Amino acid sequence: MALTNTRNGFGLVAILFHWLVAVLAIGLFVSGLWMTGLGYYDPWYNRAPDLHRAFGVVLFILLGLRLVWRLVNPVPRPEPGTHRWERLLAVTVQWGMYLLLFAIIVAGYLLSTVDGRSIDVFGLFQVPSVYRAGDGFEDLAGDVHYWLAMVLAGLVGLHTLGALKHHFIDRNRTLVRIFRPVRRREPRQ
Amino acid sequence: MRHLLTSSATALALAVTMGTAHAEPEHYNLDTEHSFIQFKISHLGFSWLVGRFNDFEGDFTYDPDEPANSEVDVTVQTRSIDSNHSERDRHLRDDDFLDVSEYPEARFVSTDFERTGEGEYTLNGELTLHGTTRPISIDVSHVGAGEDPWGEYRRGFEGTVTLTRADFGIDYDLGEEAEEVEMYLSVEGIRQD
Repeated sequence: MALTNTRNGFGLVAILFHWLVAVLAIGLFVSGLWMTGLGYYDPWYNRAPDLHRAFGVVLFILLGLRLVWRLVNPVPRPEPGTHRWERLLAVTVQWGMYLLLFAIIVAGYLLSTVDGRSIDVFGLFQVPSVYRAGDGFEDLAGDVHYWLAMVLAGLVGLHTLGALKHHFIDRNRTLVRIFRPVRRREPRQ
Repeated sequence: MRHLLTSSATALALAVTMGTAHAEPEHYNLDTEHSFIQFKISHLGFSWLVGRFNDFEGDFTYDPDEPANSEVDVTVQTRSIDSNHSERDRHLRDDDFLDVSEYPEARFVSTDFERTGEGEYTLNGELTLHGTTRPISIDVSHVGAGEDPWGEYRRGFEGTVTLTRADFGIDYDLGEEAEEVEMYLSVEGIRQD
């Protein structure tokens, strides 16, 4: 079992990054929709946004590390039989998701910090406000945060459909590769 | 004789003054740099949350001789609500509270201005807020008037009024203590005529 990627598949680290980001991003998406509808007297009224902000910062850090890992590791080859358009679409969607995740986090950060407040991350450290804005900037930030998250949800759907197509229609190992780390010495195909 | 003369002179002076002193109503535009629309609402009965509206415009007419002829018209951009907390401001703008995309403006138009004492008045009018128009009565005090150091003539009032949120259809549950909002208005006008 390899930690790093090879041309044939993903290593354990890349796989963990993928699933951690997936779980965090989906959790943030769902919690964001849920918590903004909470009543004033709900026990989660303050707690949920506190956690949402903190996990948003965690996701930002994780994405940064993941991006570095991706850039210093080989990218596994597409499975045999993958069409050129499929590969192009897959890569576009993947980079689109990276870009959207960063943009959504930045917008959410601004929504919470343009009044000069910091974001507290589990009481461990604070992310300070770097940009103060007057009236109404938080509305723009909030709208961008919301709508980009909706677009991202669409891309995640497309990404998932693609993976399922490879597995059930093309019957190749594309989906399996993101669950099973590549072996260190795999026989050359 | 001397006494009579003085009295006559006084009477004459008074007559002249009264003849010319029936001043025209004075027209003012709000100087928004020196006008404030603030609100105060209870936080669960533990403390007060104070906020304000930053963006509004208006004008008023003040008749020193016939206060009843005075008029006020103020329009507030509801989106400009500012409670010094960006996330809360965004919540206050959404449809739980002011619903600013549906109701971007709140407007007060006076119907009546009654003198109740020395420099004290009751300003009655119609407040349109959250799409609902209701009569309200603002307790008003005259603060001062006169020439400013730069050649304009200014006049200022302050006022208070308590609004019941539910009267205007803003009924998000913030607890019993927070059903009413106290408004504090401090306005200054620059004379236009």
